[in-house]
Parts: sequence; C-alpha cells; structure tokens
Amino acid sequence: MIKDSPAGEPRFKARGVDKHFGPVQALTKVDLDLYAGQVTALCGDNGAGKSVLTKCIAGIYEIDHGQFFWEGNPVHIRSPRDSARLGIETVYQDLALADNLDIVQNMFLGRERLRSGLLHEDDMERAASKTLAELRVTTVRSIRQPVASLSGGQRQSVAVAKAVMWNSKLVMLDEPTAALGVVQTKQVLDLIRRLRDRGLAVMVISHNLNDVFEVADRIAVVHLGRMVAQGRASDFDRQTVVDYMTTGASNRAGQPTGGDGAKSGAR
Amino acid sequence: MARAEAPEQAQDPTAAAAAATEVPPELVAQSLSEWLRAWLTRIRSGDSGVLPVILALLIITIVFQAISPNHVFLSAGNLVNLFQQSAVFMVLAMGEIFVILLGEIDLSIAYAGGVGAAVTVQLVQPATTKWSWWAAIIAGLLVCILIGALQGSLITRLRLSSLIVTLAGLLIWQGTMLIILGLAFSGYPSLAGLDANRQVLYNLMNGTIDPIISWIGTGVIVIAMAALLWFGDSRRRRSGLVAPPVSLTIIKIALIALISTAVVAICNVNRAAFGTLAGVPWVIPIVLAVFLAWMTLLQRTKFGRYVYAIGGNPEAARRAGINLAGVRTLCFIICSFTAGIGLLLYASYLGGMSGNINGGQLVLYAIASVVLAGTSLFGGRGKVIHGILGGLVIGGIYNGMGLLGLDVRWQFIVTGLVLLVAITIDSLSRRSATSGSVARV
Repeated sequence: MIKDSPAGEPRFKARGVDKHFGPVQALTKVDLDLYAGQVTALCGDNGAGKSVLTKCIAGIYEIDHGQFFWEGNPVHIRSPRDSARLGIETVYQDLALADNLDIVQNMFLGRERLRSGLLHEDDMERAASKTLAELRVTTVRSIRQPVASLSGGQRQSVAVAKAVMWNSKLVMLDEPTAALGVVQTKQVLDLIRRLRDRGLAVMVISHNLNDVFEVADRIAVVHLGRMVAQGRASDFDRQTVVDYMTTGASNRAGQPTGGDGAKSGAR
Repeated sequence: MARAEAPEQAQDPTAAAAAATEVPPELVAQSLSEWLRAWLTRIRSGDSGVLPVILALLIITIVFQAISPNHVFLSAGNLVNLFQQSAVFMVLAMGEIFVILLGEIDLSIAYAGGVGAAVTVQLVQPATTKWSWWAAIIAGLLVCILIGALQGSLITRLRLSSLIVTLAGLLIWQGTMLIILGLAFSGYPSLAGLDANRQVLYNLMNGTIDPIISWIGTGVIVIAMAALLWFGDSRRRRSGLVAPPVSLTIIKIALIALISTAVVAICNVNRAAFGTLAGVPWVIPIVLAVFLAWMTLLQRTKFGRYVYAIGGNPEAARRAGINLAGVRTLCFIICSFTAGIGLLLYASYLGGMSGNINGGQLVLYAIASVVLAGTSLFGGRGKVIHGILGGLVIGGIYNGMGLLGLDVRWQFIVTGLVLLVAITIDSLSRRSATSGSVARV
C-alpha cells in the first residue's frame, strides 16, 4: 500500500483523517506516515491544516473520521494524556517554558521526582544533565540558570530536551527555527538530527524550505486540508514543494503529481 | 555536567552575554572570589536581590539611632519591642506572598485574620464559652481557612478578579469581625486576666522563654540548619551537581549562627527599668516556625514549584498537567490561614481583640513589606524571606517614628515614601540593565 516505505511499518500512521470545526472542513481524508529514525517535514501554507493535524495527533482535538495506528495497531487518541501514554510529545512554537524557573525545574515541570514527599532535586538535576549531555546541548552555563537568561536557540533546545526526556518515541516540533538567528538555527537542526539518530520518529512543521531540505528525510505537504504529496525528501526539489504548497499540485517534469490524499514521490 | 565548553559557547555570543548578567552567581562560581565577582556583575546589571532591603534596614538603623532620644533605638528593650511590632507585619507578609507569587492579590487578610482572632479571643472568655486556648486557636484558624477557601473558590472557579473579591472581603470580614466582637460583651473581649488559659494567648507575644532554654534551643536549631546546609551542599559537590563554593556554605552557616546568637543575646539582656525582664519572646520562635514551614513548602515541595510555575507562565503550567484552580485556591487558603496567625499575634500584642484595628493599613503594610524586599507584583518572583526583611523595614519605621514622638500621620507618609524609593531604585536599576531579559516590577 505504501510504496515508499523505507523500513517496514511506520511508527505512526494516520488513515483517512477528517476533522471539521462547525462548517469548516479543516482536514479531509488525510493520510500520514511517520517513521522511526526519520525526520518528516510537514509543509503547507498558512491555514493548510498543519497545526490542526498536529493537534489531532497530540490529542488536543479529537478526529471526526479516520484511524490512527501506533506501531501497526489501531489506537484512539482523545486527550493529550492518551498521546503522552503512547510516547508522543509536542514542542509548540511558544515552547511553554516558565521563564522564572531554571532548566531542571522546567524539564521536570508536572512530573517532579519526590523523596519522602519533598522534591528530589539531586536526582532531577542528574537526569536533566544526562539528557542534555546526550543531546549535546552544551552551550548553557549552568542547568540551574533561569530560562529567562537563555537565548532563543537554547530555549528551543531545552523545550526539545524536555520532550524527549520521557522515553518519547515520536516528537513533533512546531516551527522550531522560527525567530532564530543563523547560529541558533544550526544548533536546533543539529539537535533534530540527534533525535533522529536516537531512533525517534520526528515530525517538523516548517515554512522554511532551507531548513526542510537541510534536515528532512521525508516531506509531506498539506494543501487546504488535504495531503497532496508525501515521500522521500530526495524526490522533491524546492520548486515542487512550493507548487504543492501553493496550488496542491505540481507539473514539473520527473515529479509524480499528487491528487487527493495520494502518495507521491515513489521511488 | 552541563557546563559550557569554551569553543561551543563562543558560537552563541548573545547567550554568553546574557548568561554573564543573569545567572545566579552561586551557580557558576568555583571559588569565593569568583562568586563575589559574579555577584557584583549581577548587581551592576540590575538584579540586586535582597541588597536594597538590607541597605534600607541599615539606613533606618543608623538614622533612628542617631536621632532617637537618648539613642534608644538600638537598646535591647527597644529592639525586642521592634521585633514584636514587626512580627505582625512579617507574618501577614509571609501569607500574602503566596497570592502575590501567583500574580494575584488579597486585600482582605487583616480582617479575614481578624475574624479568626476574634473567634479565638471570644471562645476563651471565662464568662461565656471557656474553651481551652488550643481549641480556641484551632477554631479561629479553621474559620480563616474557610474564608480563604471561599474567596479562593470564587476567584479560581468563577474567574472573578482577586482584587475585587478580596476588596469585598475586606468590607464583609470587617463587619463580621465587629459582629463577633459585639456578641458576648458590651466592651471588647480582653486577654488580660489571671487565668492560665487566657495567659497562654497573652504570652504568644509578651511571654518570654527562660534564657538557658533559649540558648539550648538556639544551639539545636543552628546546628540542625548548619548540618542540613553543609551535608546538602557537600553531597551535591561530591556528585558533581551545581553547588556553591565551600567558603560560601561556611559563610552562610556563620551568618545564621551570628544572627541567631545576636538575637538571643539581645533578648536575654535585662530590659526592665525596674526588676528583671529578660528572655526571648515566644513570638520569635513562632515567626521562625512560620518562616521555616512556608519556606520548605515553597522551595521543597511540588506545590511550591507549581506556585512559581503558575506565576511565571500559567499556560506552561496548564500544559504540564498542573491543577491550576487547586493550587490557586490553596494559596488563598494559606494566605488567610497565615493572616489568622498574624492577627492572633496582634490580639496578643494588644492584650485583647479590638474592633478598632486598622486592617486597611495592616494589609497595605504587608504588601509593602514583600514588594519592598523584591517580590514582583506580577507574580513568579519572590521568597518567603522577603516577608521577614520587608516586615523589619516597615516595623523599623513604625518603631522609630514612635520613638521620635511623631504620630501616625507621619508614619504613613514616611512608610509610603520608603516604599516609593525602594521600588523606584529597583525599577531604575532594572531598566538600566543591559541584559534585555523579561520586564519585571
């Protein structure tokens, strides 16, 4: 069925997903495959349905029709707790960090470790620095400094580290490089590659085609709530992606066209 | 270890610059001299911590010592009196800080606490109910908890403004307090009397601890705190976690020992004009207990962590699965409960519960205390110790003005000016800071 499956069964599959808000049809028969150890870039114009799809997977919205599959098994995701239980973590654009708390406190917010009823700071600090070291987030001076004192790239790194700390298997990042400078963007893209190398399935929502082609193994394009193209990044070029994003189709030579919910980019 | 490797750090010059000014010095310093340098950098960059309030205390001390009649300000008798006067502000401030950390405010504390204190004082009256002092205190504090729960629920469940709800509370509880005080007697219920039961309540503020016992108690507390600090810090140093340099730990312990010894020594000087009056007033260990309990709650428990998180970024707290309404309501309960303790101390100080207490002034002094000491009214930033230090400043002004024979009119003006100066300095130093971090009060 999936012609371009790189490594067997995808970690996460969506099939025929519909979502509407009142009369507005936000998603129509969307299919999506996210593979372990691969970065999938989800592209689309404003209002194309990227965020709605992400929030459906994260459990913030419940889908109307269609089915999610987790490691091949059908699953229902009705709340953020359901998705967290599967190992799905989302890093939203606003990062949701508390500026006045330090890095360790933010990484453990809501899941603090306790010893005899009191916070077990030593244990949490050790675990946080282990995760940061594994992801090679080494530019922070101290993991006990308040998040307010971090640069944009460092904050993004902390938010990502927070997401992967919980044995997560799928991490979705919403515009991770928006509002970052060149150096910081490079840091974050390196970090995304390290997540992939750890065997996580990574989905990156991005407008920035430079970033997409730099880091993505696969590209999926939504247009007006439909998945218009999906496949290996090497089968796309910039112009094709732009065509898909703006018109929902591409006529460029050598590129397979994608119809409603069709897969393109076959090998 | 997440310490920077120099070459990596160079990649991100903005972060390095921000970090130099923003990181608390104890986190990056390896030695005392490094720590001092980092500390000075931080003060110059506008984050002065408790330094302004310590300076304010010093100035108040010097000025009032110089101009008070017979230089009586620093006499043992006056210092003990000053501490008793400040105790009420301190306790109220330590309660108020819980709601201020959320970015909310509670204007009702003085009368909410006043209702509790009135209940307690009425219940121990021998002519009527004759409750034991401890049962009466529990009843009074329970009433305060109910008041906090009611106001907190209105604010969090119905999403009403805390300013308005507690402003209404200020009026409602004042009326309620007057009704309770008028219940049993034509006059106001008194704590003066020879019966041992009422004597206990009277002694909360005025009773003294035997000097020998106070020295032993101080020794135990200082050694316990020193051991906690020392073993905690050295354990963290051994495991390679972020920890202050050894010399800083020693200085902290020395400061605790020095201050405790000084306080107990001053209290144990005979301060009576005739006969003997010496010893640590009960109120000092009571304030210390409130301080230690609330500090542990805020710094060492999940609940405390969530209070800071909600004050800093409620949306982040909500996404982390924190029960915002529950934490907020509990903060209002703690605030009213602590106010109950504060007003009980005030009743003890007055020797009875009066309907004439100026609750508006008390609540404003409590808020002034915490803000003066560096707690942000926008929430998320502040410590329990701010209540103690700010309370001492307000108490010092109150006491010093009294010594000069200046009446309440001048106390209001001077207290207001000190508050204005303190927040102006704080705000200006932050504005001039180049760190470019988030705006703070």
